[in-house]
Amino acid sequence: MTVLDLLIEHAPALIVAIPLFGAFLMPLVSRVNEKLRNILALSIICLTGFFIWLLATDVLARGPRLYIFGAKNLASPMVRILFEVDSMSIFMITITVILAFIALVYSWSFMKEHDGLDKYYTLVLLLIASTLGMELTGDVFNFFVFLEISCIVSCALIAFFISEGEALEAAFKYIVVSSIGALFILFAIGLLYAQYDALNIATLAQVLKYTFLDKIVLVLLVVVLGMKAGLVPMHMWLPDSYGRAPPSVTLIIIGATLASFYGVLRVIFTLYGNVLSNAMRFALPVNVLVGWILIALAIISIIVGVIMALVQTDLMRLIAFAAVAEVGYMFLAIGTSIAALGSPYATTALQGGLLHLLNDALDIGLLFLVAGALYYATKKRLLDDISGLARNMKYTTVFFIIGLLAVAGMPPLNGFASKFLIYESVYQLNPILSIVAILCSILMLAIFVKVFYAAFLGPELPGFKDVKEAPRSMLLAMGLVAGLAIFIGLFPNIVIDTLVKPAADALVNHAQYISTVIGGI
Amino acid sequence: MIEYIPFIAVVGMIFIGLYAVLFRRNLIKIVIGISVIESGVNLFLITLGYRDSGVAPIYTSLPAGTPSPQGMVLPVPQALTLTSIVIGVAVLALMLSLVMHIYRKYGTLDIRKIRRLKE
Repeated sequence: MTVLDLLIEHAPALIVAIPLFGAFLMPLVSRVNEKLRNILALSIICLTGFFIWLLATDVLARGPRLYIFGAKNLASPMVRILFEVDSMSIFMITITVILAFIALVYSWSFMKEHDGLDKYYTLVLLLIASTLGMELTGDVFNFFVFLEISCIVSCALIAFFISEGEALEAAFKYIVVSSIGALFILFAIGLLYAQYDALNIATLAQVLKYTFLDKIVLVLLVVVLGMKAGLVPMHMWLPDSYGRAPPSVTLIIIGATLASFYGVLRVIFTLYGNVLSNAMRFALPVNVLVGWILIALAIISIIVGVIMALVQTDLMRLIAFAAVAEVGYMFLAIGTSIAALGSPYATTALQGGLLHLLNDALDIGLLFLVAGALYYATKKRLLDDISGLARNMKYTTVFFIIGLLAVAGMPPLNGFASKFLIYESVYQLNPILSIVAILCSILMLAIFVKVFYAAFLGPELPGFKDVKEAPRSMLLAMGLVAGLAIFIGLFPNIVIDTLVKPAADALVNHAQYISTVIGGI
Repeated sequence: MIEYIPFIAVVGMIFIGLYAVLFRRNLIKIVIGISVIESGVNLFLITLGYRDSGVAPIYTSLPAGTPSPQGMVLPVPQALTLTSIVIGVAVLALMLSLVMHIYRKYGTLDIRKIRRLKE
């Protein structure tokens, strides 16, 4: 066995362990040199990215991998901690690590003038580690533990600007909502364990009978994870926390939110995969029921997100409501693919939803980075207080235009590619849904054009005569995201073929996920 | 009947906690409510692993004549509960420190008066 094989074999554990170890190294290094700490944090992410790349090439070529922690010779396979990596996990961890890298580059200048940065970097790396853990684990209880870590760490990060009362409020709201949610997930895990004596997803998926208790578990898991993903009517924490967290970490919090969305997919497609594929036997097919409930909530999310964004005056809250609408588009796509299970456009919908997951992270992330740059330059949050910034902040203006066109789904940017797949497949299920989605997308364009006019055009305010362009690291971060957005917009096929299609196949093909564990132990 | 009492207690605790979170106006009482829900869920996990006249699941100190592993209580729910208690302590500490800072900032714990983030 070569060194490379050994590295690939232990990559799933290392991907979580490296940021976790790095997180607790930060306070120490911080005492030596601040610059060294920033470089170390970036290089930790690069190292994690390298292992993700190694693992991705292997998993995409040879199928799912299993990593078992300790006690390899135990007779009973039920109570083992294991990580299972399939193409879907690869897709998610790739997105997470890209967002983390960009956020750290951005933090370099953005957070420079604040103190307590040793804790900031510790929390950021912990959040990255927990998000990666949620996406790699093959065990429901492990998922709960990583979810709780991400709750605690996100809450601390949201309250990072502790001198503002609003940040405290947002953080308290977040921790109340997410800790109650996590407790209900634990309750659901207890129900599963009570029936089947197992905790790992593959074993559970194989033996799941869809009893009355299993229905309760399904409802609890989907509701709580949907809430953590920001689905209306349980979205109220999202605008507050996105709007009040430091814009540099909003990107990573978006990653953590998407991990909850991944949880919804994993629960429906893998844990209840057997139930879903035998759904036609029931009088009211379960896939139609679940699918249409998700579609209804998704449409409400889209409408509420867009309408609430219309009335906001705080730029970051406005973008956060747009994020709610984007989450709605993703749920619309997966709801369609569940409701129309088996038909050819279900696959298109699923691929559109997954591609939109990537695009949503990039577009909303880019807008938050631009909003952060405006805040950095002017120290103002309200749209009424800023005007005419295009004169002094040329690059930021260009990045904002790219972000607004991408989020509204205009060609040739990335939002168009995924939204087009979603419209196309949803139209075949029900044309009205598709029309609502398109109209809301147009409304979103109108909202952001309004913002563009208010913030960048218009008369120059006397206070902003000597506003400076954002520092270089922030421009570099925004440029990276904008470059990715344009690249995916121009060549969506490359991303779809290498990442999205294998991920969608892995979700649909739950039998392979199960047999990897049952055969692997 | 008697063996159902723990489950009834679990449901009762979860609903009492939810009531406190949803209808109480004081931040400290909301925190207490979450703590009660957590105790309820922990009790649920422990109850799942209970076996009538079972012994602790440690192979080396098994009393003579106990059939193993049938005579032992299940070890996994206990491990889960320990983890969950540790996480619960961290969440509780974080929430209380937030409440402390909110009180310093606003001078009140009444959630009706702490509402700068609206809509």
